[in-house]
Amino acid sequence: MYCEECKQRPATVHLTQMYNGKKVEIHLCEACAAQKGAFMFDVASNFSIPNLLGSLFGSNFNLPEVQTQLPGRVCPNCGMSLNDIMNTGRLGCSECYTAFEKELEPTLRRVHGNSEHVGKVPARGGEKVMVKKKIEHLKQQLQQAVAAENYEKAAEIRDTIKDTEKKLG
Amino acid sequence: MKADNLLNSNFVRWMAADEGPESDIVISSRIRLARNLNLIPFPQILDRESGKKSLQTIEEAWSKSTTPDLKEMELLTFDRLTALERKMLVEKHLISPGHAESDESFRGVLTNQDGSLVIMINEEDHLRIQCFLPGLQLEECYRQAQQIDDDLEQHLNFAFDERRGYLTSCPTNVGTGMRASVMLHLPAIAISGQINQIFHNIAQLGMTVRGIYGEGTEVIGNFFQLSNQVTLGQTEEDIINNLTGITKRIIEQERLLRERLREDMKYQLEDRVGRAYGILSSARVMNSNEAMALLSDVRLGVDLGILAKITAFALNELVVAIRPAHLQKKVGKEMDAFHRDIERAEVIKERLAATREH
Ligand SMILES: [Zn+2]
Ligand SMILES: [Zn+2]
Repeated sequence: MYCEECKQRPATVHLTQMYNGKKVEIHLCEACAAQKGAFMFDVASNFSIPNLLGSLFGSNFNLPEVQTQLPGRVCPNCGMSLNDIMNTGRLGCSECYTAFEKELEPTLRRVHGNSEHVGKVPARGGEKVMVKKKIEHLKQQLQQAVAAENYEKAAEIRDTIKDTEKKLG
Repeated sequence: MKADNLLNSNFVRWMAADEGPESDIVISSRIRLARNLNLIPFPQILDRESGKKSLQTIEEAWSKSTTPDLKEMELLTFDRLTALERKMLVEKHLISPGHAESDESFRGVLTNQDGSLVIMINEEDHLRIQCFLPGLQLEECYRQAQQIDDDLEQHLNFAFDERRGYLTSCPTNVGTGMRASVMLHLPAIAISGQINQIFHNIAQLGMTVRGIYGEGTEVIGNFFQLSNQVTLGQTEEDIINNLTGITKRIIEQERLLRERLREDMKYQLEDRVGRAYGILSSARVMNSNEAMALLSDVRLGVDLGILAKITAFALNELVVAIRPAHLQKKVGKEMDAFHRDIERAEVIKERLAATREH
């Protein structure tokens, strides 16, 4: 197997990366791996800077533009402004995520990629999420049943979906 | 007070090397889950009054808990611990240095007796549920931490968002809120000069490596902490499997290089180990960096059978016992750096002599 990057030297470094729960395999020669690795490591070492958020905002935003929007815009729950968040590198409360959703987006994308949560869901406050996930799952089953022309089962699943959707209110 | 053990002895559970798989290379495993109370301001902007409320809410949930591991814990608030005692918890790796700086009554820890389960309260997040075990045991750490999390969430409204997952004070932790890490001893990889290349490969996999015990980023004693960087878009199982897999590959490489060292550089290796042991068992003044470097050589010697009769447990314990707060606790007074260096040499000599007698 040849290196996927230079396609000249044999691939001796085999990496498995997880993206949204999917495995992606990469095969590289040592030279290319070192080069790629060095680049990635530079990015990673930025993470350790204490005011991470501030620096990330800085590189993702046209600062003057953001600052003109700043006055008066604070989180309705905790009173933190975007300026406060940039200075401390920390959010003020759970509601800050909603209040500054747009401004946080590039930071989250840079740190975590373009991802959504797929892990554990709390039993409390997570009921709706669980119900939604169940409905999604049922809809997949419904499609399969229809594809298999199993209409009796499809009708059954459709009823279950209706019942489940009532729980969402 | 049962948790007194943590302040009056050196022992914490992760030191028990004979209980941990791969403990010749993996010193310990840790899982940390960040959780926050919905709508209550995150700890760094809490004033004393809302801080008390946050602690009260957590205490109430704790009092209703049914999981034995959680029920048996003890609450230590930081107004009841001296600065030295809080530093001892840092030196045992149970809490962060930032957390130890506070003497507020609304900050503290919920901890069990042997320090395997420790919840930091009102640190950067309202709750940081941590499990520490010896060797490579990330799955077991997660199982135990999750049990605590499951019980607490019966009684607490955690800040959670469908898309973002668990909401945390720093956006680098959102999603699972989980940080998994292993502490590794990699002397052969370090001697062979491959450490940078391995760092590069690891970084590419969304993991970070940092040295431990250094002031800042300096790596001392060939100890490295490997953790996941990404917390969003992966399940807890993915993160643990991924980190465990990478750790196993590093273990293979370290073992291979240790074997090669033993074959190709037998005399140099035995000389290095013997000298380290000689200095440790007869020096009178020893600073922390030198001690860590020599202890790393001795540990390698023990792992390769060059030195017998020193257990990995004794070495794990020493690494904590020679740190400033533990030295000062032992002597019972504050000491300047020079006097700590004298006491450090003494503690090392005592411990090595004790293991020889067995
Ligand atoms: Zn290549
Ligand atoms: Zn807020």
